[in-house]
Amino acid sequence: MTRVDIYRGWCKRCGICIAFCPKHVLDADQGLFPTVTDPEQCSGCKLCEMRCPDFAIVVTKDEKGKARGKAKSGSATG
Amino acid sequence: MRETSHFVHKYLRSSKRFPHIWCAGCGIGIFMQALIRVIDRLGYSKDAVVMVSGIGCSSRLPVYVDFNTLHATHGRALTFATGVKLANPDLKVITIMGDGDAVSIGGNHLIHAARRNVEIASFIVNNHVYGMTGGQSSPTTAYGTKTTSAPYGNLEAAFDISGLVEAAGAAFVGRTTVYHTPLMERLVEKSLTKKGFSMVEVLAQCVTYSGRWLGLNSPVEMMAWQRDNSVTVEKAQDLTPDELAGKIVIGVLADRERPSYEDEYAKLTAEKLKV
Ligand SMILES: Cc1ncc(C[n+]2csc(CCOP(=O)(O)OP(=O)(O)O)c2C)c(N)n1
Ligand code: SF4
Ligand code: SF4
Ligand code: SF4
Ligand SMILES: [Mg+2]
Repeated sequence: MTRVDIYRGWCKRCGICIAFCPKHVLDADQGLFPTVTDPEQCSGCKLCEMRCPDFAIVVTKDEKGKARGKAKSGSATG
Repeated sequence: MRETSHFVHKYLRSSKRFPHIWCAGCGIGIFMQALIRVIDRLGYSKDAVVMVSGIGCSSRLPVYVDFNTLHATHGRALTFATGVKLANPDLKVITIMGDGDAVSIGGNHLIHAARRNVEIASFIVNNHVYGMTGGQSSPTTAYGTKTTSAPYGNLEAAFDISGLVEAAGAAFVGRTTVYHTPLMERLVEKSLTKKGFSMVEVLAQCVTYSGRWLGLNSPVEMMAWQRDNSVTVEKAQDLTPDELAGKIVIGVLADRERPSYEDEYAKLTAEKLKV
C-alpha cells in the first residue's frame, strides 16, 4: 500500500492528477483540490506525482503495509 | 505521522517564490520534474551541471533550479552553451528553449549546433505558440490555427523541429509529449548521456493560449489530446502516410555515433601542441 500526500499550498487545482490516475484513487473536493478517496486502489505507479506540474503530490510506499492516503493542507517547503 | 517532502526540493532555489509562475496545468512544470528526476537518478553533482536558456515561459525553467544557470538572450541559449562546453568540456551542459526561442529567432543556431555536434543536451518545449508574449504564432503553429498574430488563421506551414534537427546531423533526436511521462524520462536520460549534440522535442500544453486556439479548454483536455494523437515510432512504421497525418510520432527518432566537436578540437590541440 502507498501513501499519497497532496500539498495544497502549491496545488493550482489543474485536475491533471485526478483525470489521469489509472485507478481513480483521486477526486476533487468542494474547493476543487484533489483528495484521496479510494486509497485501497492505489497501485503506487506515481503517475500522479510525475504529471503534477507544480510538484504538489508525493507518493510514498508505506512500509507498514497500510494505506494512509491523506490530503495535507500545509505548504510544500520541505 | 511521517513528514514527506518532494524530491525536487533538493534542487529548487529557496530564494524563489513557489508555486512557480506558470499557469495552472502548464506542461512546462511536468517536463521540469522529469528533467530533475533524471538528473537525480544519474547522480550528477549540482556543480557539474550548467543549464542555459533563452527567453520565454519555457526558458524560465533554469531560474528555479539550483545548478549553474544562465538565463541568456532570446534565441541564443545554444551559443552561450557552446562557449561553456568548449571552455570546460567536463561540464554537463543543458539548454532549455521554447519553440519560438529555438526555431524562430534561434533557428540558425539550432541547425549549426546540431551540424557541429557539440555535446549539449538540448530540450525544446514545443507548445506551438509564443506563450510569454501573448499567444502569437510560432514556426510550429499548425496551418490554419487562429492566433493573436493570425486572427484569420495561420497562413504558414509548421516546422517539424525533430526532422529539422535530425537532418542537420544531431547525434540523438527524440520526441515526447508531457502526457507520456515515462517515455519523457527515458528520452531525457538518453539525451543527457549521449556523446554529441542531442535534442528532445517535448510537446507541452500552453493552456492559456494554444489550448484556446485549438478549442481545448483545460489542461486535462490538452493532455488527453496528446494521448489520443500520439503514435510510437515503432507503430508508425506500419502506418500509411494518410494514417499518420496529424499524428505525433513519439520515441527515439535518431541515435547515431558521430565524433563530437570537443573531441575533434581536443585531438587537434593535442597534435599541434606536440613538439
Ligand atoms: C530579441 C528579442 N526579441 C523578442 C523578444 C520577445 N519575446 C520574448 S519571449 C518570445 C517568444 C516566446 O516563445 P517561445 O520561445 O515558444 O516560449 P514559450 O513562452 O512559448 O515557452 C518573444 C518573441 C525578446 N525577449 N527578445
Ligand atoms: S496535478 Fe498537481 S497542481 Fe494539478 S490538481 Fe493535482 S496536485 Fe494540484
Ligand atoms: S500513484 Fe498511481 S494509482 Fe496511486 S493515486 Fe497516483 S496515479 Fe493513482
Ligand atoms: S502562458 Fe502558456 S506556456 Fe506560459 S505559463 Fe501560461 S500556459 Fe505555460
Ligand atoms: Mg512556445
